[in-house]
Amino acid sequence: MSRQYETVIGLEVHIELATRTKIFCGCSTAFGGAPNSHTCPVCTGMPGSLPVLNRRVVEHAVAVGLATNCRITQYCKFDRKNYFYPDNPQNYQISQLYLPICRDGWIEIGTAAGRRVVGIHEIHMEEDAGKLIHDEWEDCTLVDFNRSGVPLIEVVSEPDMRSAEEVIAFLEKLRLIVQYLGASDCKLQEGSMRADVNLSVREMGSGTFGTRTEMKNLNSFKAVTRAIEGERRRQIELLEEGRPVIQETRRWDDNKEYSYAMRSKEDARDYRYFPDPDLPPVVIDDAWIEAIRARQPELHEAKLARYQAEFGLPAYDAGILTSDKRLADLFEATTALCGRPKRVSNWLMVETMRLLREHERGADQLDFSPENLAKLIGLQERGVVNGTVAKRIFEIIFTEDIDPEAYVREHGLETVGDEGAIRRAVEAVMGANPQSVADYHGGKKKAMGFLVGQAMRAMGGRADPGAVNRIVRQMLEGDASGDLG
Amino acid sequence: MAERITGEMIEYVGILAKLALSEEEKAQAGRDMERMLGYIDLLNEVDTEGVDPMTHLFSVANVFREDVVTNGDGSEAVWAGAPGGVKEGGLKAPRTLE
Ligand SMILES: [Zn+2]
Repeated sequence: MSRQYETVIGLEVHIELATRTKIFCGCSTAFGGAPNSHTCPVCTGMPGSLPVLNRRVVEHAVAVGLATNCRITQYCKFDRKNYFYPDNPQNYQISQLYLPICRDGWIEIGTAAGRRVVGIHEIHMEEDAGKLIHDEWEDCTLVDFNRSGVPLIEVVSEPDMRSAEEVIAFLEKLRLIVQYLGASDCKLQEGSMRADVNLSVREMGSGTFGTRTEMKNLNSFKAVTRAIEGERRRQIELLEEGRPVIQETRRWDDNKEYSYAMRSKEDARDYRYFPDPDLPPVVIDDAWIEAIRARQPELHEAKLARYQAEFGLPAYDAGILTSDKRLADLFEATTALCGRPKRVSNWLMVETMRLLREHERGADQLDFSPENLAKLIGLQERGVVNGTVAKRIFEIIFTEDIDPEAYVREHGLETVGDEGAIRRAVEAVMGANPQSVADYHGGKKKAMGFLVGQAMRAMGGRADPGAVNRIVRQMLEGDASGDLG
Repeated sequence: MAERITGEMIEYVGILAKLALSEEEKAQAGRDMERMLGYIDLLNEVDTEGVDPMTHLFSVANVFREDVVTNGDGSEAVWAGAPGGVKEGGLKAPRTLE
């Protein structure tokens, strides 16, 4: 390939807002309801029903706008986007075309190539559609309106990104901002954050944009990366062959690593937007904006700096602990309970991360309580359990969130500090392993480690390892009659 | 007044609205739309310098609900309106492509 190409990428990110109810009706947004159980005349588009806006949706949208340096549209309104599809019972989606709630913002991202500002064109509020499931048996579609009317914001970036790496950095930054605000849990896999990628290529140095395509169905960061690389390749191949790139919507197939042109919804590009007459305008005065700003919680970057300053954590550790809101919340709540930030950090950074990898779960799925981790740290600090037992108990806290104090009592896991009991166990182990004792006296000092291990094992791992070490050494050195108290 | 609503336009609007119009209905729709445009022409004669575009019929703003669940299980009512029947709680619809 002789010519050099540049990839130009913009994103449309749909984020499901964390509200109890839908955007225009009092139906629950909870997951897992029986199909069509969370519905009413409003969210199923019955004639004569009247949508009424959920105040919290406006507040979440403004909060995200402020955190992404947007201007808030103080007089905004809703428009109808008209199209026919079985997931859309009204035959229109209520969205915002003319006066979106937030405009002209930016997010700063950091990649190996340095820091870069990515513009945010706008953020608008809209409603989600229902869910369609293909029924293989009857070769028909089953419609579930439980998601119909669930509030979304759509964050539209400027075409400011040039690589998959920058796109991922943008999505991760946006996810952290929104998660920290509590505006959404932003789970890509579960669809509460969905990204459409607008991509075009142009010859390096060209001042005009190439024809772009829009890719949908990207439900993981890995899929986003692969789709960008695949689509870039496809467009460059077309240009190299002298063929045009067609402006179209393409669906990414992550298994085949190829995007396919989607069948156009029969001229549906013409959405005939018009103001929704059912919904009066939303006026957001300065006082309301300031109230939302005042409630803004500590965001990611501030937290990252504070963890280093206040708790003396290394930057790397603070970075990991703040990389997910759930993890940061756990860290802070546990530290508040036990006052041992470094120990808490250690449990989260080492054992928790190991178990998350083992269980193939993300940090946002952590569900043990800070009380139980704080209690475990207390048990270990007071010497009630040793490190080995604590790790075993932590695994059970991780999976079942048990109360470690009750668990230790019920299972008799207290560290045995009773020197008499340890001495009896060591004596038995030495009696059963005369060869190891002889090896030790013959100069193989490593034999002592074996004897300590055997003694710990004989005591079910509950003995204080320091005491076992000391007693084995004393007994090997023939000092068994010495002061063991 | 020049004819601004062409046959093609009626055809296109019919497709967008998923309406199968007879020739007679198309002619009638064309006449109706011409009259609507005529009314807009009338409005266009009014001096609207300095007047904000109207976004809503009534001078109300900020009609909100609090984020509280008020609705229960609505599935029976939804099922009752399903023309294609119900399967496993879902409304049966013709197979969608894609
Ligand atoms: Zn509803």
